[in-house]
Amino acid sequence: MEHLELFFKSIFIDNMVFATFLGMCSYLAVSKKVSTAVGLGAAVIFVLAITVPLNWILDQYLLQPGALKWLGSEYASYDLSFLSFIMFIATIATMVQLVEIVVEKFSPSLYNSLGIFLPLIAVNCAILGGSLFMQSREIPTFGLAMTYGIGSGIGWFLAILSIAAIREKIRYSNVPAALRGLGITFIITGLMAIGFMSFGGMLTGGEKGNDTGKISKEAIEKIKKEVQEISKK
Amino acid sequence: MGLFKDSKLITDPLADNNPITIQVLGICSALAITAELEASIVMSVAVLFVLGVGNVVISLMRNIIPSKIRIIVQLVVVATLVIIVDLVLKAFAYELSKTLSVFVGLIITNCIIMGRFEAFALANGAWRSFLDGLGNAAGYGLILVIVGFFRELLGSGTLLGIKVLGDPIEKTGAYAYGYENNGFMLLAPMALITLGIIIWIQRSRNNALIED
Repeated sequence: MEHLELFFKSIFIDNMVFATFLGMCSYLAVSKKVSTAVGLGAAVIFVLAITVPLNWILDQYLLQPGALKWLGSEYASYDLSFLSFIMFIATIATMVQLVEIVVEKFSPSLYNSLGIFLPLIAVNCAILGGSLFMQSREIPTFGLAMTYGIGSGIGWFLAILSIAAIREKIRYSNVPAALRGLGITFIITGLMAIGFMSFGGMLTGGEKGNDTGKISKEAIEKIKKEVQEISKK
Repeated sequence: MGLFKDSKLITDPLADNNPITIQVLGICSALAITAELEASIVMSVAVLFVLGVGNVVISLMRNIIPSKIRIIVQLVVVATLVIIVDLVLKAFAYELSKTLSVFVGLIITNCIIMGRFEAFALANGAWRSFLDGLGNAAGYGLILVIVGFFRELLGSGTLLGIKVLGDPIEKTGAYAYGYENNGFMLLAPMALITLGIIIWIQRSRNNALIED
């Protein structure tokens, strides 16, 4: 159940593209055709599913404050978390290279479809973002980290697939000249993001969704008003 | 003399070759942190530092980096600089570093940085690379500040936290005439639409930039 919840949450509510804008560069650059978009999307799912759990292990046993306890009690006070950026990006760059070599060796057909996208992925913010969010949201177990990686990847795949499909269709529409290409893509993505926001209440029954901030803000303003009234008296 | 010739390196990315609106680089961070003007400014300064210094470092090392592993070398240089930025932010502006959260770390994969390393620093001298870095980071910062300005002004009626439109609770300033904040501007999708409109305005002013 826990897994299912995190899975759907990472696909729809915390969608990489629509909620946190990760991987926008390749999202905009590679979404002109559905076939290439599918290739890149599949590669992102693949790499996220590998790097997020791997970085979870690194985070748990190397980087977190006190993570080095397994080496002996004198290491328990070490805090290497400032190294996380460099460790995560090194893992990602290495894994991408490794995946590329392995896929080329064992599945040339998959390599032909994913191959050109794999090097691009090392510098895709969605991949590093996946690991950094995994760290900051304190995902508790290895299994959940893997679910989170796969879910985020599928969310990204869904986003690039839908924008590519829309862009293929929009070529036949009469878009104002200055908006053609990049401009209209941005606005469509914005509208899609508004649509995705409606998933916010899906898992929480609409009570503790994305608008908790709004409610508390209003409550704070109300309290402020009351305090001001009292102080006037 | 050299300075005059190279000044194009700084002025070009500000408008006609802007990294965000024309080259389509570094969009991720441009959108996520622009709900407040202050965060946009800090992010721009951070990128200015990383890109300026990183471009010089890569440019100085360009003849000794084997081309096969250059991506990893570049990533290590950027990651080191970003760690410096992150630690400085945590030390001097802790609240702000919480707002920016993972997006400081994501400067590493900000496409502007890798893009300029690949396209410019690997082929040019240190001084020219430095200017190119400054110019591109400034062009990036310019868009961030514009988006941040409108989103904060229309979304919460403040600029850098100062209530420029009066107090929404006390009903002073513009609020006395029935003006309301548009809370929608603070939400993520409006960043995309604001940027889309900026691109629209820029391209209708300069027809050469229109895509077919």
